[in-house]
Amino acid sequence: MTADKKDLLAMYRTMVTIRQFETMAGEYFAAGQIPGFIHLSIGQEGSSTGVCSCLRPDDYVATTHRGHGHMIAKGADLKRMVAELFGKATGYCKGKGGSMHIADFSIGILGANGVVAGGLPLICGAGLSIKLRKTDQVAVVFFGDGASNRGPVHEAMNMASIWKLPVLFVVENNQWASTTPQGSACALGDLCRRAAGYNMPGYSVDGNDVLAVRETTLKAVAEARKGEGPSMIENKTYRVRGHFEGDPQKYRDQAEVLTWQEKNDPVKRFEELLLKDQVLTKKKSKTVWDEVKGELDAAIEFAKNSPFPKPEDALEDLFVNA
Amino acid sequence: MSDRIMSASAALAEALHEEMARDETIFILGEDLTAHAGIFGQFKGIPEKFPGRILDTPISEACIAGCGVGSALTGMRPIVDFHFSDFVTCGMDEFCNQAAKIRYMFGGQVKLPMVVWCPDGAGLRAAAQHSQSLEAWFVHTPGLKVVVPSEAADVKGLMKASIRDDNPVMFFQHKRLFSKEGHVPADPEFIIPLGRAAVKREGRDVSLLTYGSGFFLCMTAAQELAKEGIEAEVVDLRTLSPLDMDTVAASVKKTFRAVIVHEACVTGGFGGELAARIQAELFDHLDAPVLRVGAKDVPIPFSPPMEDFVLPKPADVIQAVKAVCYR
Repeated sequence: MTADKKDLLAMYRTMVTIRQFETMAGEYFAAGQIPGFIHLSIGQEGSSTGVCSCLRPDDYVATTHRGHGHMIAKGADLKRMVAELFGKATGYCKGKGGSMHIADFSIGILGANGVVAGGLPLICGAGLSIKLRKTDQVAVVFFGDGASNRGPVHEAMNMASIWKLPVLFVVENNQWASTTPQGSACALGDLCRRAAGYNMPGYSVDGNDVLAVRETTLKAVAEARKGEGPSMIENKTYRVRGHFEGDPQKYRDQAEVLTWQEKNDPVKRFEELLLKDQVLTKKKSKTVWDEVKGELDAAIEFAKNSPFPKPEDALEDLFVNA
Repeated sequence: MSDRIMSASAALAEALHEEMARDETIFILGEDLTAHAGIFGQFKGIPEKFPGRILDTPISEACIAGCGVGSALTGMRPIVDFHFSDFVTCGMDEFCNQAAKIRYMFGGQVKLPMVVWCPDGAGLRAAAQHSQSLEAWFVHTPGLKVVVPSEAADVKGLMKASIRDDNPVMFFQHKRLFSKEGHVPADPEFIIPLGRAAVKREGRDVSLLTYGSGFFLCMTAAQELAKEGIEAEVVDLRTLSPLDMDTVAASVKKTFRAVIVHEACVTGGFGGELAARIQAELFDHLDAPVLRVGAKDVPIPFSPPMEDFVLPKPADVIQAVKAVCYR
């Protein structure tokens, strides 16, 4: 048993939190209350939750433009996240980052990255730092199937492997890189096969099965902590929303989206499993959804009541001791 | 303590030895570092003295730069050797989108102490892809500090300051000047703070504002000009970002004339930025237009007659000075 009842319920709560957070973000964006543009991870909660459930607070995570779920699963504060989305001074980045650039270095989140595959070279640095400092931390980078085609991925996976860095390369194959279907942009169907080229273990996992993700990640994390080097995990999942909110999605058939939503929703799947195994009751489930909604409402209230940054705050934070 | 005469390369090595002994979070990574103590011998003695703290990487510039960024964010003080400054193009995302922006876009949560050591410059018949002076690109990227030393003492003092700085620093050191010797203070706490220019030759008639290899052009030109009764003041800027505008202003207010000299090609070079600031801030103190001296606007050619023709020479500096002095 790799997860006791407490773990299972914690994972369920995390998935519910991500789902509600993303849904809320989509609604506030549509209502014009979130500036810029946002990328939601609805339908990918199994990957973020499963992976991060295996991590300690001092482990590192580098995430992507679609990073809200990873942030939440690693333990980020909802109030400061919502405030950042709203562009408020109380946000994680005091309004300088927005949805695409949230970080919390106090819990090892090295930041969401607006450059596709930008996190991979950086995570090698974190892995190298762990090795030089001789700790047993691990460093995880999330990236997408689109990112997997970029050059830095090759450099990073090779370097991590030759130096046996404690790094997990987690590719979330959500089938769509913006408007481009995965199969038309990469000669491989199973992206985990790339791992063989770097002599590291590669796993393809049903990314919408949170326990399968956790199982595989636990193994990879244990190997990394022991100094046995990096692994690649491909979580096969699906991007239910558009690339960005407001994406007209002319490139795909909505029937495809509906099929995934109805038949392969990671939150629903886990909920049904927990109900079947009597870890969860309908009543307890409702309590979790209600409690999370309460937390989110409080976070939204906090964000709404927070001040915008002063315009001239734009000149702060460029340099240490500036 | 007395000065010693040493080469710029030895001054760099001494700075690294002293700092690495002082702070165990400092390490060096890059291509081909340990076999010959760097391709220019610039890391002499370090592989033996600090094993495991100077790392040979694969030829993977983006990931080398990324390793600098990621390790700096997680408690280390990396020095990233970029082999030839021309290869910064292969690490531009890491330098400009990551290193320069991480502290700012995450609201000042974190520091990023990293030095990127870039051997640059022409004159070695190394042709277009191994001879450039690219400092202006990084001056144009808020969030990076840009250091361009000239003399051996500057190399040492500025490298020590760069290593101790909690921000990303692009450090451009001219390849042709590695063997050039100069006085270097023996004091291990000899540090030249970033953002402080030096008036290295006093003069009343014109301000020569320069950095890197341009400094030596200016000193040669100044000696020639003195024979004709023109006393040039030579200001070695040393760091371009942050820029010591106070020292520039004090010099221009004294001489009323400015010529900016750098090896990089003129168009879009740092000279344009400095000239703009001088005219905006010191217009009433100018008796002549600000002129720029730099390389011609072509890639650096291979064949010696062509390379020599393209690069700025003391004669170009002298000509520009005479023009602003109306002589």
